[in-house]
Amino acid sequence: MTGDRLRIGAHEFGSRLILGTGKYPSPEVMRDAHAASGTAMVTVAIRRINLDNADGKTLLDYIDRERYTILPNTAGCYNAKEAVLTAQLARELLETDLIKLEVIGDTETLHPDTRETLVAAEQLIGEGFTVLPYIGDDPIACRQLEELGCAAVMPLAAPIGSGLGVCNPYSIRIIKERAGVPVIVDAGVGTASDAAIAMELGVDALLMNTGIARARDPVLMADAMKHAVIAGREAHLAGRMEKRLYAAASSPLHDLISTSGSEALRFSGTDRPAPGVPKG
Amino acid sequence: MKATVNGHLRDLPEELTIGALLELLGSERNGIAVARNDRVVRRAEYDRQRVRDGDRLEIIEAVAGG
Repeated sequence: MTGDRLRIGAHEFGSRLILGTGKYPSPEVMRDAHAASGTAMVTVAIRRINLDNADGKTLLDYIDRERYTILPNTAGCYNAKEAVLTAQLARELLETDLIKLEVIGDTETLHPDTRETLVAAEQLIGEGFTVLPYIGDDPIACRQLEELGCAAVMPLAAPIGSGLGVCNPYSIRIIKERAGVPVIVDAGVGTASDAAIAMELGVDALLMNTGIARARDPVLMADAMKHAVIAGREAHLAGRMEKRLYAAASSPLHDLISTSGSEALRFSGTDRPAPGVPKG
Repeated sequence: MKATVNGHLRDLPEELTIGALLELLGSERNGIAVARNDRVVRRAEYDRQRVRDGDRLEIIEAVAGG
């Protein structure tokens, strides 16, 4: 679908799928998965360099920056101060104002620390960053982040790396209905149907890593996710039919052929033909 | 002079600039960023700013992540 672009702050993307760079079996597989997914933006983490092995290829050697926008994250930060410094270092390193703000609350759930996320977001926005915060599926926290000036909000679908799919579609829908900035579902998408379901809820984009990187064939799964995101998006825009409890035949119920004894079996449900419609 | 580099206390020569420190550590200047005492050191400052005794330095790079 041409012309259906994702806009985040001053940035614009031709794909609604954002990919991570972690957990791939090799950098080559990662590069091929990125290409297969059609993504326009990939995330990276920021870590201390290994001083014992300062040589060799780096992650950035496998990312074509002409093709992909890099979205650095603050993964691994447990308070606002660490996250702000990490974002500042990322900006110096990658020359981008984009930051995926991630302030983790504990190691087992990897759920965000909402209070610290809000503190960091406010400071980073004040410093001119385009802030995309990872947050719980909490409409109030999302509203507060938007009010601070975040360029998007990124509620989780399920815990990071869990592959459980959209655990609370009602919250995601509420967040989307009330948001004035793009809603990007981040974390928890395990397979293509999860991606389609999330997009059908109306969210603007998905960010995924483990669902692709840990598939048996990451490149094939990346291709599947591309199609799922497009399918979910188009289904959302198309507007699904209303659900109903009883069947509704798609073929005409009139002018049916008849054999002896079959009349009594017909028209026992809710779709009786209107009076005057000839039977049989 | 002693300074903490990426969490490890190191004995370093006096009068060392950030740029000279990177060279001493065998690190490229590209593909990294540096913070000194929780403040980012701009690339253009590497040859001007000196490491001081007691400094905490962080030298970072981009790695795989989600």
